[in-house]
Amino acid sequence: MLRLEALDIRQDDFRLQADFAIPAGSIVAVIGPSGAGKSTLLNVIAGFFPPVAGRIIWEQRDITGLPPAQRPVAMLFQDNNLFPHLTVAQNIGLGIRPDLRLTAEDQNRVAEAVRRVGLDGMEGRKPGTLSGGQQGRVALARVMVQRCPLILLDEPFAALGPALKSEMLDLVAGLAGETGATLLMVSHDPTDARRIAPLTVLVSEGQAFAPQETGPLLNNPPPALADYLGGG
Amino acid sequence: MPGPSDWAALRFTVLQALLSALFSVVLAVPVARALARRRFRGRGLLVTLMGAPFILPVIVAVLGLLAVFGRAGIVNQALGGIGLPPVQIYGLHGVVLAHVFFNLPLATRFLLQGWQGIPSERFRLAASLGFGPSDVFRQLEMPMLRTTLPGAAMVIFAICLSSFAVALTLGGGPRATTVELAIYQAFRFDFDLGRAAVLAVIQMAVVTVAALLAFRFGHINGFGRGLDRPFRRWEAEVWHLRILDALALVCAALFLLIPLAAVIWRGLPGLLDLPVQVWRAAIVSVVMALSSTLFAIILALCLAYLALARHRTEAIALIGVAVSPLVIGTGLFLLINPFSDPARWAFVLTSLVNALAALPFALRVLVPALRDIVRDYGPLADSLGMSGLSRLRLLVLPRLRRPLGFSAGLAAALSMGDLGVIALFADPERATLPLEILRLMGAYRMDTAAGAGLLLLAISLFLFWTFDRGGRRDVEA
Repeated sequence: MLRLEALDIRQDDFRLQADFAIPAGSIVAVIGPSGAGKSTLLNVIAGFFPPVAGRIIWEQRDITGLPPAQRPVAMLFQDNNLFPHLTVAQNIGLGIRPDLRLTAEDQNRVAEAVRRVGLDGMEGRKPGTLSGGQQGRVALARVMVQRCPLILLDEPFAALGPALKSEMLDLVAGLAGETGATLLMVSHDPTDARRIAPLTVLVSEGQAFAPQETGPLLNNPPPALADYLGGG
Repeated sequence: MPGPSDWAALRFTVLQALLSALFSVVLAVPVARALARRRFRGRGLLVTLMGAPFILPVIVAVLGLLAVFGRAGIVNQALGGIGLPPVQIYGLHGVVLAHVFFNLPLATRFLLQGWQGIPSERFRLAASLGFGPSDVFRQLEMPMLRTTLPGAAMVIFAICLSSFAVALTLGGGPRATTVELAIYQAFRFDFDLGRAAVLAVIQMAVVTVAALLAFRFGHINGFGRGLDRPFRRWEAEVWHLRILDALALVCAALFLLIPLAAVIWRGLPGLLDLPVQVWRAAIVSVVMALSSTLFAIILALCLAYLALARHRTEAIALIGVAVSPLVIGTGLFLLINPFSDPARWAFVLTSLVNALAALPFALRVLVPALRDIVRDYGPLADSLGMSGLSRLRLLVLPRLRRPLGFSAGLAAALSMGDLGVIALFADPERATLPLEILRLMGAYRMDTAAGAGLLLLAISLFLFWTFDRGGRRDVEA
């Protein structure tokens, strides 16, 4: 279980508060108007931005002060999820050992992950020679080998077309379901939330609200969310 | 205390730097304007040529200028042919001529950036309003020049203040001695270390003031991108302006190329039977250039990291500009002298000081590149736990390859052509190639000197090209 205890996040005159828990193994969409702080919330959980007060608890362990790499977190950013100068296999291998000194067994795991995301034969290619969808698969393969119990997605597939994006989200939801990982994903698109996320955290007006069931929330949105969703 | 000859040296230093800056920027205006508003085959090559003096050894340029403007040079032969008295290259005008040769291209690149900073929409608007060339000049070009020219002039003024090699070869005598040359003379001829120290302090003070002004008014960015994007200039499409621009470009190209061609022309015959000490000197120079490059790269990387952490890039680059290699060399000599014979340390010290000389340029390209890496890939590397050496090996070095290659090339070429510090520490057993050329010139063996000059030019260009290429090879995305 991920618990955010009286979390207070400030940056200049921006402010965001959060105080709730997310059950282990759930898939949660984070939605809200742009600028409300969805990405900031993920960055705080991942350790890229410190809160001014409050604690982040993962499985009874306080991880508030830990550097990003020591948290049980695998995160995909909006962009720059792959190193363009490294090959597909190297990019994935970094998820196992950040110095890339891989044992034979590690290399088998990389090969297995490559196969799982359907990129057989592309291990030696550089990201620049792959399509956007293939690049997304490489990043997912790395998340796979990282074996982190908490996966954060900050709209890594936003630049892909709708069909490709859905495919990626299905892939990542399947992965999370298989390993029992908890998945938090920022989304601009309510259909993404309906598609894979049973729970939704609404971020709006300086507050991240406790997760609610996605369907009822989107069907009966509170005023702030209704404004954002518009017409719907 | 500084004596009258020291003040004379200071006056000459400032005067020649003022004149050099003035001529460089004024002559650069028509050249930059022509490059900015014309499209022609070979334009890119010409812009590249404007960058070449950065890596051209001073002694080679001096050899070339002597071949053109010297006693028996092309110009004097032509003048003699029509019965006119010869011109004299040694002295103030020789020093200024050489400085203009080096800095006209730099000024041109500065101004070209200024011109290309004017949005092309303005020129379109000017065309639709029926502006003539003089209207465009008054409304668009003049305001740009008012901000760009003083900065360019200040930078060149600051550079020319630290003139040693040019003053050593084309100046000299009580009437044409720079402060740096006076430091050298205090060392080599009088062995008056106290006077050398006083002069070094004067030099440092003057250059620091000039460099501060240059940083305030000028944005040193001679390597900027986007110098190959000319846009259509309707008002300039008249025949007399075409002729004017063509003339400016041809004159500039000839001014830069004829001295170089002269070195090649005079050097080629002697290249194959150069005396053995020239080859030995060449080897010393190459080894020194390579070790200097290594120093420069390590230092630049450390400083770039530091600059990012402390946001003090300007100050660090400033130190490199303000404290000239000769002044640093003087300081090191004074530090070592009480304990050991400085000549024994000549090799290490010269490599190190030359590395320092390349630092400001290396930092100019490395710091922004490193900042981009941290911005784009820092979070990913953090989230994967890449730190320390693996971060350097897997992220920073591979992504810095291009600017590192360029910096290494620059450091190698600068060190290869150095004729500053090495003259202070000169070790007769292990002369470098520029020093050997200087000796040959002193012995009036001009053909051998030209051959050695060509060799030096070839090695410098080769080293720059090799490192720069190495940085560009199979880099994807």
